[in-house]
Amino acid sequence: MSEPGRRWTGHPLVQLTRVRYREFFREPEAVFWVFIFPVLLAAGLGIAFRNRAADRTVVAVVTTGQAAPLADALRRADGLDVSLLTDSAASEALRIGNVAMVVVPSASGQLEYRYDDSRPESRTARLVVDDVLQRASGRRNPLAVRDQLVRERGARYIDFLVPGLLGMNLMGSGIWGLGFAIVDARKKRLLKRLIATPMSRSQYLASFVLSRLTLLVIEVTLLLGFGVLVFGIPLRGSLPLLATICLVSSLAFASLGLLIASRAQTMEGASGLMNLVMLPMWIFSGVFFSASRFPEQIQPFIQALPLTAVIDALRANILRGAGWHMVTGELAIILAWMVGSFVLALKLFRWR
Amino acid sequence: MIPRMRTPHQGIALQVRNLRKAYQDVVAVDGLDLEVHSGECFGLLGPNGAGKTTTVEICEGLNTPDSGEVLVLGRGWGHQDRELRQRLGISLQETQFSEKLTVDETVQLFRSFYDRGPSPAEVIAMVQLQEKAQSRVGSLSGGQKQRLALACALVGDPELLFLDEPTTGLDPQSRRQLWELIERFKADGRSILLTTHYMDEAERLCDRVAIVDHGRMIALGTPQALIARLEAEHVVEFALAEPSAIDETLLRAIDGVCAAERRNGTYRLQVSELHRAMPSLLAELRRQGAQLAELRTHSATLEDVFVSLTGRHLRDE
Repeated sequence: MSEPGRRWTGHPLVQLTRVRYREFFREPEAVFWVFIFPVLLAAGLGIAFRNRAADRTVVAVVTTGQAAPLADALRRADGLDVSLLTDSAASEALRIGNVAMVVVPSASGQLEYRYDDSRPESRTARLVVDDVLQRASGRRNPLAVRDQLVRERGARYIDFLVPGLLGMNLMGSGIWGLGFAIVDARKKRLLKRLIATPMSRSQYLASFVLSRLTLLVIEVTLLLGFGVLVFGIPLRGSLPLLATICLVSSLAFASLGLLIASRAQTMEGASGLMNLVMLPMWIFSGVFFSASRFPEQIQPFIQALPLTAVIDALRANILRGAGWHMVTGELAIILAWMVGSFVLALKLFRWR
Repeated sequence: MIPRMRTPHQGIALQVRNLRKAYQDVVAVDGLDLEVHSGECFGLLGPNGAGKTTTVEICEGLNTPDSGEVLVLGRGWGHQDRELRQRLGISLQETQFSEKLTVDETVQLFRSFYDRGPSPAEVIAMVQLQEKAQSRVGSLSGGQKQRLALACALVGDPELLFLDEPTTGLDPQSRRQLWELIERFKADGRSILLTTHYMDEAERLCDRVAIVDHGRMIALGTPQALIARLEAEHVVEFALAEPSAIDETLLRAIDGVCAAERRNGTYRLQVSELHRAMPSLLAELRRQGAQLAELRTHSATLEDVFVSLTGRHLRDE
């Protein structure tokens, strides 16, 4: 009846890791947020921001003076939608953003362009409208030009977005996955019960790392696979480098999750801390738009955030095909977060 | 029933000397001495907050004392603890096992931590959870969860078993079922340290009992010896209809009454010979013109020992 040699399934590390899988896959919500949600988000944003053949710009012409011939001239141009409005209706439409600019003809023949110069589409509309009207009035271009259109994969919003979502997902599943499981076990006094057995504490923590790594493969494959198959995202960099970036990122966020969970006694406390840690990264790290849009003064802070480094490295690899030497800085930042959080977590961790 | 693979530890299974532990301003354990002999079931009996759990957790190596000495199976904590843990079985108060795992998976997990012991299926059979082996822990009743906790304490074939309030919050039937299980393990020669605030549990399961209050031991002995110390086999409790009252000194004078006291309108007499004391008591009450509102009598229990020592009931708090 005694079992002198353990079958491999009886090894504590195997048992602990299987418990992690069971707890994860038996929680439908966790599976949804980790695997399904990022794909849905990518699909939704990918569709919303898909590149249209050419963006239509809407301009208004105020119905005074020579409005009709002006509107006709503008309608003949590519990419312009023209509406004839009264002065007040046109101003209102401009104010709420329904039109990019308003053209106001006057009796003297002089034109007034009314637009907000802080809106990029308004500035574009001004250039297009002016060009069309000047040429309609007989202007000849002194310089001969030729347009060559370049529409390439990798430069669209969805291409920019998917690596960002991947980074965000690595952060979420690492921090939540580890943090909640540990705080839950502490709250239920299961941690205390476990250390009352001869269980090795490092094997307990290792089981989280092991399960995280397997789930990571599924997570990354699903999201990137979806991006490649549905939106044709290019994978320009080396796959081993991509795998390495995902691996160290996931471990870094898992360490951060461990650090957050090292003392928290309640789920409420833990989720508050997690949001506190993740919020700056959701905002600053460039998931949905480039982090370089933030002022120069806070760039050092933004660049030091682990998610910024993760997303920069992922974009460099996926979109620009960057090699190892081009992401060493980012990898160094990620590794520093991983080691720092882990060492601190081990110092602070409470089993009771 | 239980397959023995270890010879029980000889001599003293657990020794505690002058144990002290204070939390901020509360003294939880205040100079406690204990000895659990091999093969005995030793009970720590006391009200909530008496320091029982703190004492047990220090013995289990889960908490550190401010001062004092603890020897578990002849060894102290802090040196090769995992080896020592191989020989202990522990059931903590209020452990919640993961609800998403099955009974079998939970026992397998705990079994994997121990070098030796019965198979998961055998342990599940010992605590009579075979029918629930494939059920999720979340679907178990309170009694079944406690039996699972016991199973997890037994997977390593322990020499010394710590059971902290194993039946708290259970219905009477589940409690009796658990007692039967614990009795079987006891019969097997294992040493057990059990805490409880149920006197009937201590009387039934324990070879010796230490009564603790405010972190101190106030009585020690076999349940029979402790009850015998009352020198009264019976307890009579009665209440009088308002506004009647009777002086306790009159009650103490009744033949066969060893002690009498009044608390919250209830009179409590310790009586050695019930058949002689009762008629005299009723006659005395009639003579004083007092009207009985309530009258109860029972054989003396450990609860009465506690009440006579502290003036409080075990489950008052």
